[in-house]
Amino acid sequence: MATVLDSKVPSGPLGEKWEKHKFESKLVNPANRRKFSVIVVGTGLAGASAAASLGDMGYKVKAFCFQDSPRRAHSIAAQGGINAAKNYRNDGDSTYRLFYDTIKGGDYRAREANVHRLAEVSTNIIDQCVAQGVPFAREYGGLLDNRSFGGAQVSRTFYARGQTGQQLLLGAYSALSRQIHLKNVEMHTRTEMLDVVIIGGRARGIITRNLVTGAVERHVADAVLLCTGGYGNVFFLSTNAQGCNVTATWRAHRRGAFFANPCYTQIHPTCIPVHGEDQSKLTLMSESLRNDGRVWVPKAKGDKRPAADIPDAERDYFLERKYPAFGNLVPRDIASRNAKEVCDEGRGVGDGQAVYLDFAASIQRVGEDVIRDRYGNLFDMYAKITAENPYKTPMQIYPAVHYTMGGLWVDYNLQSTIPGLFVLGEANFSDHGANRLGASALMQGLADGYFVIPYTLGNYLGGTKLDPVDANAPEFGATENEVNERVTKLLSIKGNKTPLAFHKELGKIMWNDCGMARNKAGLESALKRIPELREEFWNNINVSGEAGEFNQQLERAGRVADFLEFGELFAKDALIREESCGGHFREEHQTEEGEAKRDDDNFAHVAAYEWTGKSGAQTRNVEQLVFENVKLTQRSYK
Amino acid sequence: MATMTATNGHANGHSADGHSKGKMLNLTLQVWRQKNATAKGRMEEYKLKGVSTEMSFLEMLDMLNEQLIKEGKDPVAFDHDCREGICGMCGAMVNGYAHGPDEATTLCQTHMRSFSDGETITIEPWRAKAFPVIKDLAVDRTSFERIIQSGGYVSIGTGGAPDGNSIPIPKEAADKAMDAAQCIGCGACVAACPNASAMLFTSAKISHLAHLPQGQVERRERAANMIRAMDELGFGNCTNHGECEAVCPKEIKMENIALMNREYFRVLV
Repeated sequence: MATVLDSKVPSGPLGEKWEKHKFESKLVNPANRRKFSVIVVGTGLAGASAAASLGDMGYKVKAFCFQDSPRRAHSIAAQGGINAAKNYRNDGDSTYRLFYDTIKGGDYRAREANVHRLAEVSTNIIDQCVAQGVPFAREYGGLLDNRSFGGAQVSRTFYARGQTGQQLLLGAYSALSRQIHLKNVEMHTRTEMLDVVIIGGRARGIITRNLVTGAVERHVADAVLLCTGGYGNVFFLSTNAQGCNVTATWRAHRRGAFFANPCYTQIHPTCIPVHGEDQSKLTLMSESLRNDGRVWVPKAKGDKRPAADIPDAERDYFLERKYPAFGNLVPRDIASRNAKEVCDEGRGVGDGQAVYLDFAASIQRVGEDVIRDRYGNLFDMYAKITAENPYKTPMQIYPAVHYTMGGLWVDYNLQSTIPGLFVLGEANFSDHGANRLGASALMQGLADGYFVIPYTLGNYLGGTKLDPVDANAPEFGATENEVNERVTKLLSIKGNKTPLAFHKELGKIMWNDCGMARNKAGLESALKRIPELREEFWNNINVSGEAGEFNQQLERAGRVADFLEFGELFAKDALIREESCGGHFREEHQTEEGEAKRDDDNFAHVAAYEWTGKSGAQTRNVEQLVFENVKLTQRSYK
Repeated sequence: MATMTATNGHANGHSADGHSKGKMLNLTLQVWRQKNATAKGRMEEYKLKGVSTEMSFLEMLDMLNEQLIKEGKDPVAFDHDCREGICGMCGAMVNGYAHGPDEATTLCQTHMRSFSDGETITIEPWRAKAFPVIKDLAVDRTSFERIIQSGGYVSIGTGGAPDGNSIPIPKEAADKAMDAAQCIGCGACVAACPNASAMLFTSAKISHLAHLPQGQVERRERAANMIRAMDELGFGNCTNHGECEAVCPKEIKMENIALMNREYFRVLV
């Protein structure tokens, strides 16, 4: 019997729900907040902003990150910008338009009320960041500058050169550092969460491993916030940082948190192509480049002439040709699929798996200096990786795994199906539907951390009677034992294959069978091969070193073990979702033009999976999506 | 119009023939091995064959580690995360240079095409009193955290901020703030400095906020507190060698140190 999921979306008109909900929420008075302890796992935009805000309010906060500093979380790598419905350009933007673009961009698979709230608080984020000293790009008159991003016809993206994520994270990190200094936040760096502790059906703490000493430790709290990012590294090669992993959310899933829409993955269209077998990651080139870069391939198959020798008439600017209204700024899923399509036709450049992103026309129009001012650091990065000069020859790009829209299921309060366990940022599933628009990840992370959780956490803590708990509770002991047993098991197998080798092998299965285009046969093959690989892992893994030391092999082995379970759920979800929507493209479901074909009658819902004790045997629960304000149509960017 | 098929392009890291592109190098590596903070370290030599010039330096270390594990040896510990030059987690002295031979480049963005076939490469951790070694090439940079915690922020809470356009900021000031704010906190400046000074790192944050109207209210205390923290944590002082600027992957300029010294005088007078 499937569980009924209550999204707890407040009643009333869309634009009044959040105000109403804030008013109706329980409060914790300032003097009482210090009596409540809160654990925040992860210190990217969502985690750092949440920890800083909650510390500032007076809660006793413990924050955790596996890096050596909270400033290194992978939000730091976001390049292009952050959306906000400021309408500073006077070009027709509004809260409703940002809401509408996000719902449409997500291919009508997101929850209306969450997305509208996101659009509402987007403007506060910019104000907050400016006040922190985030050096956003400015015009000569001193006001904030904007650029355009895919999926929008207004200019609403705020940016700090090509390092917007870095500057926003350093802003949140500075606020967090202040709270650490004030002793409102206790920071644990180089510490990885390995399990969540449930007592009386509520999340009451976590078990961690100190990555320097190997010590396994218990941490008690009244609420736990997971802000641990996405699961793109299940593909091995992605634009994610090396350490990004699914462990925190997967461990929570195994303790009762439903995992929603795991098959929704964003394949970013503009990444540097793969160079070879020993590659460890793919590097993104910001979508903002599509403001000034034109995407093309030769019209003829197998045309191996250098780009400069191919006359304009023999080039196919395929995005401009097929989508004249949005041109090179179509949403990411569409740009990616079209790049794949022209390469599959044999018209790819370089080694065949690349398309050009050409700045020649823009350089001619505005001059090289202006282009350097806009994208200098991105051009430098490209030159370092490829040893080519993009001012002179067009960039070569190809799609790569970048962001994951799926995540732990949360209600309107960002609470998972485990009471007291909240999930923020990329780690939850809530706001981007089946495809995320560019410059919206930063917006969501900071919205959740600065402006949503301070209210919804208060509502939980103020409205719940929590029994006192300490670290000697038997549940802590039992969970810690399980963590220790797992570590011991990983080290004891002493097989022949390294964690890296298993990770690569899983990545190949995922990319080939669950990548940009998916079909029934491929997904069924993945569902057979992933459990086989997992079986082999637990019999043949070779983890060197010991438990009580700095052991990066052990860290990776634990994460790969969880990916080997998660990948199976991913493929299962992709197989059951018999439609194409956003980043989920099933070959069986496409229009004659090769565009994604949704099935709103059968799949306008969130699939939320419930752990039942065995990998792959999860129960599929459904939250029907209700569209009261937006009419479901086929997305058109023509 | 062709419809989609399930070949997803590159086989996720596999070029058509299963091998890496680029020229192949055979290398000798001299690597600092140190079991933990208290153990005595030493250089060890390893031979590594078939390193593609297209690989990044860290991918070369990955390859070395796979080889060491196969030989039953302990792999080399090294810090890394984003591998795109922005998180600041990676770093090592390569042939005596912080982050290796390339200008304005982190170690993860250093590529093996910068080395030649048959070369011997020495790889050591950052060396500074305030950065104790954790294991092999990984060091403890908590001291940088303490410097930021002592004042590297504008003391505001969440909420109540005025409209982002309420205070116009001249583009030149915003650009200068951004130049300084690009610091990734990797510690190369400290490692390269003969005095193990953290003045480039500290001054970058002071300078970033000093250029902005939002940073004015606490300008004096910020400089005083951050400089005091820097001194107490065991970093040395600047004697104008300029090594920090030369190795900085984000090209943070020494003029920030000059600015910081002026800020310090403001505190004194």
